[in-house]
Amino acid sequence: MDPITTSRRTFLGITLAAGAGVGLAACGGTSGPQSSGTGGAGAATGSTSYWYLTGPPGEGIRTNTVKRFNAANPKTQIKGTTFQNDAYKTKVKTAIGAGQAPTIIWGWGGGGLKSYVDANQVEDLTDWFAQNSAVKDRLFPSSFGAATVGGKIYAMPCETVQPIVLYYNKTAFEKVGAQPPQSWGDIMDLVPKFNAKGIAPFSLGGQSRWTNMMWLEFLFDRISGPGVFQAVFDGEKNAWSNPASIQALTEMQKLIKANGFIKGFSSITADSNADQALLYTGKAAMMLHGSWTYGSMATDGGDFVSGGNLGYMNFPTFDGGKGDPSDTVGNPGQYLSISSKATAAEKAIAKKFFATAVLSDAENKEWIAAGAIPVVNGTDSLLTGSKDEAWLKFLYGTSSGAKVFAQSWDQAMSPTAAEELLNNIAKLFQMSISPQQFADSMNKVIGT
Amino acid sequence: MTAAVRGASRTGTSRAGRTGSVTWMALPALVFFIAFGVLPLLGVLGLSFTRWDGIGAIHPAGFDSWRKVLVDPGLPHALYVTFLVMILSWLVQTPASILIGVFLASHARYRGVLAVLFFIPLLLSSAAIAVAYKALLDPNFGLGAGLQIGFLSQDWLGEDKLAVGVVVFIVSWQFIPFHSLIYQGAVRQIPRSMYEAAEIDGAGRIRQFWSVTLPQLKYTIVTSSTLMVVGSLTFFDLIFVLTAGGPGDATRVLALDMYKTGFQANLMGPASAIAVILVLVAFALAIILRRIGGGGAADSQLEGA
Repeated sequence: MDPITTSRRTFLGITLAAGAGVGLAACGGTSGPQSSGTGGAGAATGSTSYWYLTGPPGEGIRTNTVKRFNAANPKTQIKGTTFQNDAYKTKVKTAIGAGQAPTIIWGWGGGGLKSYVDANQVEDLTDWFAQNSAVKDRLFPSSFGAATVGGKIYAMPCETVQPIVLYYNKTAFEKVGAQPPQSWGDIMDLVPKFNAKGIAPFSLGGQSRWTNMMWLEFLFDRISGPGVFQAVFDGEKNAWSNPASIQALTEMQKLIKANGFIKGFSSITADSNADQALLYTGKAAMMLHGSWTYGSMATDGGDFVSGGNLGYMNFPTFDGGKGDPSDTVGNPGQYLSISSKATAAEKAIAKKFFATAVLSDAENKEWIAAGAIPVVNGTDSLLTGSKDEAWLKFLYGTSSGAKVFAQSWDQAMSPTAAEELLNNIAKLFQMSISPQQFADSMNKVIGT
Repeated sequence: MTAAVRGASRTGTSRAGRTGSVTWMALPALVFFIAFGVLPLLGVLGLSFTRWDGIGAIHPAGFDSWRKVLVDPGLPHALYVTFLVMILSWLVQTPASILIGVFLASHARYRGVLAVLFFIPLLLSSAAIAVAYKALLDPNFGLGAGLQIGFLSQDWLGEDKLAVGVVVFIVSWQFIPFHSLIYQGAVRQIPRSMYEAAEIDGAGRIRQFWSVTLPQLKYTIVTSSTLMVVGSLTFFDLIFVLTAGGPGDATRVLALDMYKTGFQANLMGPASAIAVILVLVAFALAIILRRIGGGGAADSQLEGA
């Protein structure tokens, strides 16, 4: 008899404990996000959260901007958290969906921003910019395109303008005795010359997929101008089947087949900067990459950049192509949005941060010192005399002189269409699908 | 008669008391399982009938997600890759684990030292292993290029078949120590008397292995295979870091397909449908393996020796 009573008591005890456990678990599920939202809110503590990217040189500059703001505003602090580029894309999306977004959301604008806007997750800043026209007027007008959804501004352009540039290793060209390419034909001619000397013509971090995409962006533009992708973006039916599109995809595969890219490119990631290492170690002669890599090559590449071995140019023309050779693609800016779920106090701190700290003169100088052009008017006068003067002037000229400065496709499109695009691009570069198959499967996601 | 009935009822109550206590001891585990296993699973099942981008509102969408997933050629491909990795890694791991387990089961001291060294991969996280192998196998800066060894400087992660092979190799390298440990324990449980009898019958060491050790390991093989097969459905971290499903989609296993659909393409509905399929596949495999094991995988043959 005794054992039974004790076991009943224990049974009750355990049931209660278990019940409490479920209760706790339920709390963790539902109230967690709220508590972290309001906890961070802390009108009392006066702090607000800001997530941004790691990696030199941007990480240090972003951190310095936050530090300067915090030093100037001891009562209203910004707490920064950093993430690696590709990991951040998923992390921030998940956090926003779970109601755990930081107050200040760093992003690339375009399709990603639109998905936040559609879900009412970010603050409409149109009125704020109207009231603070001084903030708006100092920024590149072209940078606002990717911050605008349905005629309203949902993000503040920040940081730098980042066109995609064709870099080359001058030493590698000297070894082969060749000149940098002026046209797509030149590129195809250079490929066997470099391969014969055991130098890969092009470096490519193909596992990251958007690295491959940059090639298509330029080929599409140089062959037929910005119209083909615009048609895709506008949701025109079967827009990928355009003959110009098929031609660009076919040319792309011709270059891959001719061993234009470094051996093993499809397992190299851009996040590890291995693609840049291939260029500055001379294992590859050329690389098509974002202007942000200049800073990291200068940091990591020894005397490669400082010794004047790095060459750069806008993407060459396509023989007989209709695209304007001044056109470029890339990031017209980076973007800061404010979470609509943040408290009024947090939003106020964020706006103060936008108006007083983001792209301050001190920050601009740091960007220029790192070899980048901030999205602020009139910085060209600051470029003269800086150690990267020639590069910065080229960058400023390319960005401001471009007839069309297109936003990167994966950033402009909706995340769903972008993922499908990147998947198909990876297969195209792996030669596992033909241009026609690429067009067919991409046509299916037009308008999503 | 009455005595027998009374006796039966008496043993009945005492047994009820015993089983009662055993049943509720499972309760904490059951509660956790329901809270963190069953409820999320029901949530996923529910989500698979909706349209949701992970950010905005959830809209009911009937069978849209299921239709989309089932007609997508990506699904059979992901299933194919999943089963390919599963079968290949089973084929590599099982014989190797049995041999190593038998080897380590002896009480020789040098084998104990080897065993300690050998279990090191088990202590490393999958992500760390993937990062290390990715660096070693880099075609331009990796081991092959560094040591100028032609055979090693292949495009290991850039060619479809090689990439699958590398995944199988690393998975095996990581988990063989674990399964060896299981087999080591099982081999030590085999009564010495059976080997003595075999020796008297004139069986050599190899004959003893085939006729005594291996049959005695039958249920261990089933257990270990279940762990391997069902576990291989969840290979995600390793592949995600190593190849991200590439090159192209050569190593895009079902778990990775689910993650990419849900968290990169923002299609939570179809991703949930894939998740449900993943659960069903795992379930079916576990049941099949239990059947193969003869149902009583918990039985022991030790006393029958």
